[in-house]
Amino acid sequence: MKKRLRRTALYVPGNDPSMIQNAGIFGSDAIVLDLEDAVSVNEKDAARLLVRNALKNINYGNTEVIVRINSFFTPFGKDDLEIIGRAHPDGIRVPKVETIQDIQNIEKFLDRIEAEEKFEKNSIKILPSIESALGLFNVFEIAKASQRIEVINFGAEDYTADIGAERTKEGKELFDIRTRMLLAARVAGIEVQDSVFAHVRDTEGLIRETQFIKQLGFDGKSVIHPSQILPVHQVFTPSQEEIARAKRIIFAIKEAEKKKSGVISLDGRMVDAPVVAKARRVLDYAQAAGLL
Amino acid sequence: MKNKIGREIPDEIKGIGKIKPFMGAFSTIPSCDRMSLPITFKNRDEKKIISNLKEAVKKAGIKDGMTVSFHHHLRNGDYVVAMVLDLLADLGIKNLTIAPTALFPVHKSVTKHIESGLVSSIQGSVNGPIGALSSHGAFDVPVILRSHGGRARAIEAGELKIDIAFIAAPSADQYGNLNGIEGPSACGSLGYAMTDAMCADKVIAITDHLVDYPLFPISIPQIYVDYVVQVDKIGDPKGITSGTLEITKNPLRLVIARRVAEIIEASGLLKNGFSFQAGAGGTSLAVTQFVAEKMTEMGIRGSFGSGGITGYFVKMLKENLFKSLFDVQSFDLEAVQSLKDNPNHLEMSASFYANPHNRGCVVNNLDAVILGATQIDHHFNVNVNTESDGVLLHGIGGHMDTAAGAKLTIIATPLLRGRIPIVVDKVITVTSPGETVDVLVTERGIAVNPNRKDLIDKFKEAKISLKNIQDLSKEAYDLTGIPEEPRFTEKIIGMVEYRDGTVIDVIRQVK
Repeated sequence: MKKRLRRTALYVPGNDPSMIQNAGIFGSDAIVLDLEDAVSVNEKDAARLLVRNALKNINYGNTEVIVRINSFFTPFGKDDLEIIGRAHPDGIRVPKVETIQDIQNIEKFLDRIEAEEKFEKNSIKILPSIESALGLFNVFEIAKASQRIEVINFGAEDYTADIGAERTKEGKELFDIRTRMLLAARVAGIEVQDSVFAHVRDTEGLIRETQFIKQLGFDGKSVIHPSQILPVHQVFTPSQEEIARAKRIIFAIKEAEKKKSGVISLDGRMVDAPVVAKARRVLDYAQAAGLL
Repeated sequence: MKNKIGREIPDEIKGIGKIKPFMGAFSTIPSCDRMSLPITFKNRDEKKIISNLKEAVKKAGIKDGMTVSFHHHLRNGDYVVAMVLDLLADLGIKNLTIAPTALFPVHKSVTKHIESGLVSSIQGSVNGPIGALSSHGAFDVPVILRSHGGRARAIEAGELKIDIAFIAAPSADQYGNLNGIEGPSACGSLGYAMTDAMCADKVIAITDHLVDYPLFPISIPQIYVDYVVQVDKIGDPKGITSGTLEITKNPLRLVIARRVAEIIEASGLLKNGFSFQAGAGGTSLAVTQFVAEKMTEMGIRGSFGSGGITGYFVKMLKENLFKSLFDVQSFDLEAVQSLKDNPNHLEMSASFYANPHNRGCVVNNLDAVILGATQIDHHFNVNVNTESDGVLLHGIGGHMDTAAGAKLTIIATPLLRGRIPIVVDKVITVTSPGETVDVLVTERGIAVNPNRKDLIDKFKEAKISLKNIQDLSKEAYDLTGIPEEPRFTEKIIGMVEYRDGTVIDVIRQVK
């Protein structure tokens, strides 16, 4: 299967039927049906069943379908996973992960459900969210804690509250978590997504922040409104020059393979494995943007 | 009998007579003469100013059973329909046929005149409460629904004979020259009233802004106007023109609008000389905006924008994206102002706009039009008249005219409205036949009329993914279940006349 792109993950309140029904049409790479922050305590049961039924009945096409469950430290987390797991979402976004143990608890649960439901083993991914000082402290281990983990992300609001930082639009206070998350993800060989940009009407601000996290190396970003999807995708869309260069690199590597030559060079610069990987990535983004 | 698109219609309808079945959008060749009028004239000493409306209608010879017409340029701010009908009710008149170009919620009081017997039939257009009343069997004679072009055709062909046209005039002079761009009730174009003025037996202009002779510019000239009556107010400006119309913020509708713009680009029509029509709904405005952006980006100058004109079209004219605008009705204040100031912003009559049986109407030169639907079926037949419960709720507007005229007719609609599927197996009422509809754009996919293989090829080349329309309706039904069909009695309460004068469908009374 082709590797998924994770430029955008759109949060959708798990208690809003019409938004759940339409969640797949806005073109985000993933949707996150949210049972946690978006749903008030007295609606947790209803939302859980609504999302379960949506997973069973709505065709979201190629969109990656994630459900954010409540933490296992709340009275709702286990029931969420028990019900949602059996409807087989592509992944479970787990909030407030702080230790390896948190991941192992989820993993055990999923192992059992997959066996009982005769789902393919490890077919439900785990997407840990780091939202506290302790979580960030342990993020290198968390990122490697399960084969099910393909991407990690963080929640800026909870994290800044936990460490006592002031939350600003500019986001300087997130520099540390961003670079550490990135490093942890790369050490573990997985992807990393940025937190949401909460100012829905400030498209320019969103674009600035997305350009910055792309520059850092992030693979994508969570979004809270459909109008944020296109601007983020545009930031992640490579330029014509980048595409042309990537094509030439791939062409050169194929030619080299044919000739069975080892080291190759293009325009006088050596083309090695990371360069090729980067070129492939550029072409993936270009294809997702409809440019190939 | 069944007409060309398989709709069951009778040979004859009580109160209307023998009818001609729809035979295809372009198959009627008219053979009658144009209507004619007796010569009426004014001697040099005769005045046209009449002191009050009562006097004017008496002079015009009002009688039971006559047909009177109104235009809808004052839209939801109109006072004139109510003013005239209340007066005629006081005079004890009965059995009128009213021929409005459209009715709005503000005209709800027409219902009481229907119940009292003043109004016994309607030809033209209905809306909400009056449509609902007809759907429940208020009239013995079915409502004849016509498009803007079809109405102009019917008038010019003498099929809709207007005895008295009441023309609300935002500006008038004492000798009957009229326009819509000045005065407290300025509405812009008077396009829909022009055909009535030319073809009615008697024409009464009603104004709240009387100016010294001569009024300039002249939209409807003195040679057609019999009487001028001054009143306090012909309308409420708040209901006449909106301020700046808003582009939709609904993300789902924005998805649709963006796809429509992509479709227009991929069709190959977006080049110098491009002509375009889109309405004033939030989705249409978004499409207009996206198309304008593409035209700017591509350095294209179009020929014209047409139809109901909005500030967004005015902006395109100002930015030189169109050579001119053809304005049959002005939706907002920007459009009114532009009609007044910009010589390239042209006022046009309903006949000029869309009558299929004159020597060439504007829609014949349209490249692309964006239209809506209350339903669209597997044959691309579109319903804009009846709701999913079978009740007549809407007029036709220019739907069937622009669909037939444009090279690319796009229906832009969500797949579902609430729990109601819009893409269905079979529409309840056919307004525009599938042969005139090319592309359906929904948030869940795009379907192209299989007759348009040329478009299918172009869209494939542009890597636009397409679905077939059956799959789209299945997707809708998968989400909603198959809705129960509305139930009707045998009684026909409405006749949908195609723009060429044939009958494309009938609407029956709901049970």
